[in-house]
Amino acid sequence: MANVALSEAEKTFILHGVEEDFRCDGRSRRDYRPMELECEIVNNASGSARLRLANTDILVGVKCEIDTPTSLHPDQGKIEFFVDCSANATPEFEGRGGEELALELADTLTNAYESPSAFDLKSLCILPGQHCWKLYVDILILECGGNLFDAVSLASKAAIFNTRIPKVTAAVMDAGEAELLISDDPYNCTRIEIDNIPILVTVCKIGDCCVVDPSAEEEQCSTASLVVGVSKRNNKCYVSHTHTVGGGSLHKDTMYKCLNLGVTAGATLNDALEKALRLEESRVGNKRKETVGFLK
Amino acid sequence: MSNFDLLSEQGLRLDGRRPHELRRIKCKLGVFEQPDGSAYLEQGNTKVLAAVYGPHQAQNKKMDINEVVINCQYSMATFSTAERKKRPRGDRKSQEITLYLRQALRAAIKTELYPRSQIDVYVEVMQADGANYAVALNAATLALVDAGICLKEYVVACTASLSKNNIPLTDVSNHEEISGGPTLTVASLPTSNKIAFMEMTQRFHLDNLPKVIEQALAGCREIQAIMETAVRKHLMQMGSAGDWSNIAK
Repeated sequence: MANVALSEAEKTFILHGVEEDFRCDGRSRRDYRPMELECEIVNNASGSARLRLANTDILVGVKCEIDTPTSLHPDQGKIEFFVDCSANATPEFEGRGGEELALELADTLTNAYESPSAFDLKSLCILPGQHCWKLYVDILILECGGNLFDAVSLASKAAIFNTRIPKVTAAVMDAGEAELLISDDPYNCTRIEIDNIPILVTVCKIGDCCVVDPSAEEEQCSTASLVVGVSKRNNKCYVSHTHTVGGGSLHKDTMYKCLNLGVTAGATLNDALEKALRLEESRVGNKRKETVGFLK
Repeated sequence: MSNFDLLSEQGLRLDGRRPHELRRIKCKLGVFEQPDGSAYLEQGNTKVLAAVYGPHQAQNKKMDINEVVINCQYSMATFSTAERKKRPRGDRKSQEITLYLRQALRAAIKTELYPRSQIDVYVEVMQADGANYAVALNAATLALVDAGICLKEYVVACTASLSKNNIPLTDVSNHEEISGGPTLTVASLPTSNKIAFMEMTQRFHLDNLPKVIEQALAGCREIQAIMETAVRKHLMQMGSAGDWSNIAK
């Protein structure tokens, strides 16, 4: 991750701020930084979103392709996460420099989406045992300003919400092999249910307190953090994934505290995201804002 | 496909442009905070982000005691093309473009001003729709301007093609590229009328080549004017707190 050089005094300053529940940018321990989200940025993808959380900039493109289901799960589609750390973010990512971080992010997302109640792979199946959709969720990290996990998961969820999978209108059976006719009408499409899709919340332990949405500077002051995947179902929150990040260790009690904070923060964040997405979706005609992308 | 003409009988191209028309260009400088310079440029549906870091101390093995080392990386997002790409960089095409970018930028940067230093130029294509190299180079130029690196002048690239009835076409889109027209890419220093880089695919008749080059150079000059307007606008905004905009008037 982008390394910020901090002196001892600066670290102490951040630490004291967190202890008094008044962080450097004026937030409390459970506040997020403002974010901007925009969907449909890339025309070549089936769905796309760009999220900017303070200085963290994430671009996600979703592409769907037809694939054959695995013999183990003939009635399920596939989803694959691919993260690319662009050298635009920091020169350290040049060449293969960002691969380790990219793998960590992709694996975390894969794990969080693994449970059938978090993401329903069955909805991606076309013909059991023969054809299914494979979703490629390609994540591009353009700038690192701390809290990558949360930003990446939010952007992915938004991009999946934006994804339009063309309807398969008819299948012609030809000698036992099904041949699919895929609709090329852009409005004749199915959408993906996002209600249960998990988001990730990073809870960062700084001193004796836990904060959400750490900035790059705060990440430097922390020895250990916990990433919690929060998935909602029937208005209840479930933890779909969790893992610790960083070299330090957490006490058992602290970890429960972190988990609790992560789940409450995740629930609020999830509601806010879904509300924003649906509001944007309901705007049609003149009320719809023009896509600004990076020109803003 | 070989009999297919890029220009209709009415004199319009596949996307409705006239032969000399560019696609719509929109650009912005300073899109990111962390790099020393950054820019976003879209030309039609080709969208590119560029970031510049430096000049900073060069890595020991690369260091040149006489001039600056220019380090480029061109990558394309996996979702940028119609078919999903497996890798964002490292394939032959990307490496080739990286090389050509460095070549054109070397011609524009005042390399002797930064001995023992290095400038990193990173270009990320988020959507590809033809003329990728040209758009990437134009975005890189804007990012270099934003980073405040001394340039001899703008280095601007443009592509051109030729229709069946020998009419040159500016700024080739992806559709026209795959429809089988020959493509000429020129990176030029428009003010001094120099050519920093030139590449062509397929073939042109020697009689037609000057015509196509002229068309591409005309495109470069047009793009330069657009870029210059964008730079001025950006500087006005940046300096408005310091009352620059009034001084400039």
